[in-house]
Amino acid sequence: MSEAATQMGIARARAGRPPAVTAQNVRAALAEVTDPELPMLSVVDLGIIYRVSVAPDPGPIEIEILPTFVGCPALELIKTSISDRLSRFGRPITVSATFEIPWTSDRITPEGRAALLSAGIAPPSASATSDLIGLEPRVPCPYCGSRRTHLENLFGPAQCRTIRYCDDCRQPFEAIKPV
Amino acid sequence: MTTARRRPATELDRVLSPDTPHATALAELLLAMADDEFVIGFSDSEWTGIAPLLEEDVAMSSLAQDELGHAAALYALLAGLTGTTVDAIAYDREPAEYRHCRLLDHGRGDWAMTIARRYLYDSADVVRLEALVAGSWAPLAELVGKLIREERYHRMHAETWLERLARTRGEPRDRLLTALATLSTDAGTVFTPLAAEPALIEAGIMAAPFTTLETEWRASIEPTFAALGLPMPEPVSDPGRGRLDHGDAFRWLWGEFTMVRRADPGASW
Repeated sequence: MSEAATQMGIARARAGRPPAVTAQNVRAALAEVTDPELPMLSVVDLGIIYRVSVAPDPGPIEIEILPTFVGCPALELIKTSISDRLSRFGRPITVSATFEIPWTSDRITPEGRAALLSAGIAPPSASATSDLIGLEPRVPCPYCGSRRTHLENLFGPAQCRTIRYCDDCRQPFEAIKPV
Repeated sequence: MTTARRRPATELDRVLSPDTPHATALAELLLAMADDEFVIGFSDSEWTGIAPLLEEDVAMSSLAQDELGHAAALYALLAGLTGTTVDAIAYDREPAEYRHCRLLDHGRGDWAMTIARRYLYDSADVVRLEALVAGSWAPLAELVGKLIREERYHRMHAETWLERLARTRGEPRDRLLTALATLSTDAGTVFTPLAAEPALIEAGIMAAPFTTLETEWRASIEPTFAALGLPMPEPVSDPGRGRLDHGDAFRWLWGEFTMVRRADPGASW
């Protein structure tokens, strides 16, 4: 955002007026919405924001998101969180899910990967194209950095996670499933 | 994974209504696939809390959650085509109206039965999905592209356990052999021909008929069965009725999964 735009935004906020309805401001607002199962990640860092459309005033703001997993139970909650956060723009909001392209774990941003790591969850290794995904042995331990880790369970506490074990610091840890 | 390019979606392709071209044919396919995922998902969820290992408790619960999610997504496409709701399709039918394959009519049984059933189903499901991923109806082809990425984990899980049971002499291998014998003539029912098949193939929604897919599936599992010294599934005894005549195990399961809906008709997922 340019300096002038930032100043204008601050002035509007001080005046208690809703922020200007631009795609840029909508994206900035989305960066404040976190994932309910991975609260250290915003929906932007998780890579699920697919389309942001802002119609001319007084038209709607339309957001299309990519579900991480088809049966993700958090999807409705995420849609509601996005609608709630965007409601302060004073426009009609629609949030819909699409499979037009598949969400893949490669869509998690570098900032998102860093946030996962500092929360003790191994970020996904490069995306999955072979049958050896998940059995791939070199996922570094998020606690000690050792690469001597092994897969304990292909499945974990949420659909998007596996459980691994560090043979050096002897800690089990969660890792995002490469998908 | 197939990389064949699919036809660009037109607006008409995306419309979900009874007027969608081939809506009736699509509905038959979607119902069969969704009921398969729904029934195996519910059946596997019965391991939650009582699986033989804590790790497997987590795994089976997560698998079940995946499958019920897949079923819900497929039912949602179907609901759009037929003008009804996901919950109505999932819960408001009589047992005889479900169209899952007879392989999944077998209850979860013991752990060996669950693994054998999962392996046979997952290996068949992936062949079916590959035949749909390049299809001409975008909403289904796109969803299938996503399902394939998730099903890969299911297959790895089932394969790991199949090997573990098959290679452990004594009770584990014996139980696995018993389970495979019980499921043998029902394994191929995933590929039960549909009345809608010619229309689906003609419209480019499906790449090949189910009889061809069944041959592909048998070729795909043969190396694993040979390496483990396991008998291959026999041909389906009554192929025309592979998705009909559900037995007592399913009627019991139906009683379980419709219990809340019947007690509280307004309840939703």
